Amino acid sequence: MPTINETVSEEIRAQARKLLEEGTVAAVIGYAAGSLPMTVKPLVVRSPEDCRKLIWNTFCVLNLANYLPATLKSVEPPRGPRDPKPEGPLPKVAICATGCWSRNIVVQIQEHQVARDRVVVMGVGSRGMVSKRKVQALFDGREILAVEEGDHELVIQGADFSETINRWSVVRDNCQTCTHPDPVLVDVRIGEPVSERKNPNPFMQVDALEQKSGDERWAWFTEEFSTCIRCYACRNACPLCYCPTCFVDDAKPQWVGKSLDAVDTGLFHILRAYHCAGRCTDCGTCETVCPKGINMRMLTKKLNKDVLDLYGIEAGMQPDAPLPLTTYTMDDPQKFMVAEPSAVKEGK
Amino acid sequence: MKVFKITPAELDAMIQEWSKAHPVYAPALAKQPAASPDCAPGWSRVDGNAPLTLPVGPPPASVKTFFFPQPETLLTYTLENNHPDKGLMREPAKSQGIQVVVGVRPCDARSVLLNNLPYQEDPFFQANRQRTALIGFTCEQTRSTCFCTQMGGSPLGSEGLDLVFSRTRDGFIVEVGSAKGEALVADLDLAPADESEISALAARRQEEVKASSTELDTLKGRELGKLYDAPLWQPLGESCINCGACTFICPTCYCFDIQDEVVRGQGRRIRYWDSCMFPLYSLHTSGHNPRGQKVQRTRNRFLHKLKYFPDRFGPFSCVGCGRCVQDCPVNIDIREVMTDLLAVE
Repeated sequence: MPTINETVSEEIRAQARKLLEEGTVAAVIGYAAGSLPMTVKPLVVRSPEDCRKLIWNTFCVLNLANYLPATLKSVEPPRGPRDPKPEGPLPKVAICATGCWSRNIVVQIQEHQVARDRVVVMGVGSRGMVSKRKVQALFDGREILAVEEGDHELVIQGADFSETINRWSVVRDNCQTCTHPDPVLVDVRIGEPVSERKNPNPFMQVDALEQKSGDERWAWFTEEFSTCIRCYACRNACPLCYCPTCFVDDAKPQWVGKSLDAVDTGLFHILRAYHCAGRCTDCGTCETVCPKGINMRMLTKKLNKDVLDLYGIEAGMQPDAPLPLTTYTMDDPQKFMVAEPSAVKEGK
Repeated sequence: MKVFKITPAELDAMIQEWSKAHPVYAPALAKQPAASPDCAPGWSRVDGNAPLTLPVGPPPASVKTFFFPQPETLLTYTLENNHPDKGLMREPAKSQGIQVVVGVRPCDARSVLLNNLPYQEDPFFQANRQRTALIGFTCEQTRSTCFCTQMGGSPLGSEGLDLVFSRTRDGFIVEVGSAKGEALVADLDLAPADESEISALAARRQEEVKASSTELDTLKGRELGKLYDAPLWQPLGESCINCGACTFICPTCYCFDIQDEVVRGQGRRIRYWDSCMFPLYSLHTSGHNPRGQKVQRTRNRFLHKLKYFPDRFGPFSCVGCGRCVQDCPVNIDIREVMTDLLAVE
C-alpha cells in the first residue's frame, strides 16, 4: 500500500500536469527529490513533462511561498521598468502549500506582493515536517546514507546500521506546536484535509524562556546567537523578507556593522524578528536553513504570542482582514503609553 | 623527509606539550562562538587534557578562519581631537609566535595552497600563513559527500601540511612536511617509523591516484561562452535563495570587503568576509549592478570555481570537502553542477 506522502506526490504530479496542460497556470512551484537523504530541492515546473519530477515527503521544510512573487514575475511577458502593464489577465502560478505556507501567501496578498487571482493554491494538509538536525542528533556523527519514510516511522540507514525511529519524535518544534496544519486557502485540494490540532499551549517554548530572569534570558540570547556567521540564510529563506534592499545591506547610511561583532549580529536578529511581527506564521524555515542551527525562531514566536495576546490575531488567517500592525481600533491596548500614570494603572 | 611513529597516548601528550608554548586549536565538538578573542568559529582552544577526537571527513568549520580572520584589523586610528595620533593610521601589533591547528584534513590543507595563488602578494594572508602550523590527519574514512579525488586531491594527501598523521595498526606514522613541522617535533624523542609502514602508506597513496578522476579537467579547455549560456543556470538560479551559507563555509571562497568602523572616536579599518551571492557584492557606485539578477550570481560562483580560476591559475578552486553539499538549504549540489557542465554540448 502506498504511504500517505506517496499518494500526495502522485496527486501533486497529476494536478500539476492537468493545470499546465489546460493552460490554467504557466508554472507550478513544488519540490523535486534531493541529492542527499532528508533533503529536497525547490523546483518550478513549466512544462507538463517535467511534472514527473515533483515529489512530496516529510522533509519539505522550506516555505515555498518564498518563491511565489519571483515566479509570478517570471511568467509575465517581459517589459521594461516604465512600460505599462499589459492588457488582460496575467498568467497564473500554482503552488503547493501547507497550513503555514498558505498563511504566508495570505500575508503576501494582504501586503500586495501577490495578486489573489493569479495564484492557484494546491493545498496539502501538513502532517508535520521532520527536522534533519533532530534525526542527525540521534546518530551522534554516524553518517546517514538513506532514509525510508513510512507514515509513522522512519527507517534510518548508514554504512553499518539500520534503525527505525518514530516520525513524530523528530518532527520540527514549530510543527509539533502548530495548530493550523491545514491550508487556509485551497484552490485544488491535494490528499485528505487535516483537522485543526488542539494544542493546550502552542507557546510552551516561549513561556519557558519568559519565566527566566532577565540575566538568564540575556545569557540565552548571547549564547544562542554567538555562532551566527551572518550568511543571512534565515532572512533569504523567509517569505516575509522581500525588501529590495535589506537594512543590513544598506550602505547609505549603514545601519549595522559588517563583521561578527556580537552587537551587530544581535541587532540583525532582533530587527529581523521585529520586522516579522504580526506577519510570521511560524513556518520554521529560518531555523531549518541555518547552517549553524541557531534557534532564531524563538524571537518571532515570542512576537507571535504578543500579537495574539494584544490583538487576538494570528497572521495570515483571513485574506480580507487588515494586518494587525497596519491598522488600529479605538480599544487597542496601550500599555506602552507611560505618559499618563493614571491610564497605566487602569491597564489601558 | 623524516617519518616517525607515535602512539595515540604520545600524540595527546605532544599536543599538551605544544599547548604550553603556543595557542593550539582543534575542531570544536560543542557550539563555539563565531567571534571571541580566543577561539575561531568552529574551533576550540585545546589544552591537551582531553584526547583528540576528530569527526569523519572534514570538520564542520574549515581552516579558512585562521587565514582570513573574520574580521581582520588592517589599521587602527583615533578621531579624538587633541590626540597626538589624530590623523595617523597605525598597523596593529603583530602576533608573536605561531598558532598550531590540529586535526586538519587533506582537503582543507589543499585549500590554503589554492587560496595562496591569488593571495601571493597579500601581506595579511602571508603573515597568517607564516604563523600557522597545520597538523593534518589523513582520512581513513570519507563521507558520502566527499569528492576530493575528483578535484585533484586525495584523502591521504599531505600537500600543505606541516605534519601529517596517518593511522597504522597501533598508532600513527608522522610525516614531517615543512621546517615549521620539524621544529614542532624537534625536541621530542620520536622513534623513526618502520620501513614496512612507510611503504604501505605509499602503496595506498598509489591506489588513490589510480582511483582518482581527471574527467573534470576537460572543463579547462572548454569554450567559456557555451558554459556561460548553458540552460542549466536558469533552474539553479531560480531555486537558489542567494544566502551566503555556501560561500562562508567554503574553504576556497576568499572574497572580502573593507570598511572603517569607529566606536567612541576609536576607529579600525577591517576586512571581513563578503559573498558573491549578495547583491551588494557587485553593486557599482553608479548604481549599476553587473550581476543584478540571482541567476547571474549563482552562475558566477560555480564558474569562478570551475572555469575562471582554473583558466587563470591552473587548478580548480574547490577541494571537494562537500560542506556546501551538506549545508545548502535548497540542496544545490556542486557535484551535479559539474556533471551538468560536462554534458554541455
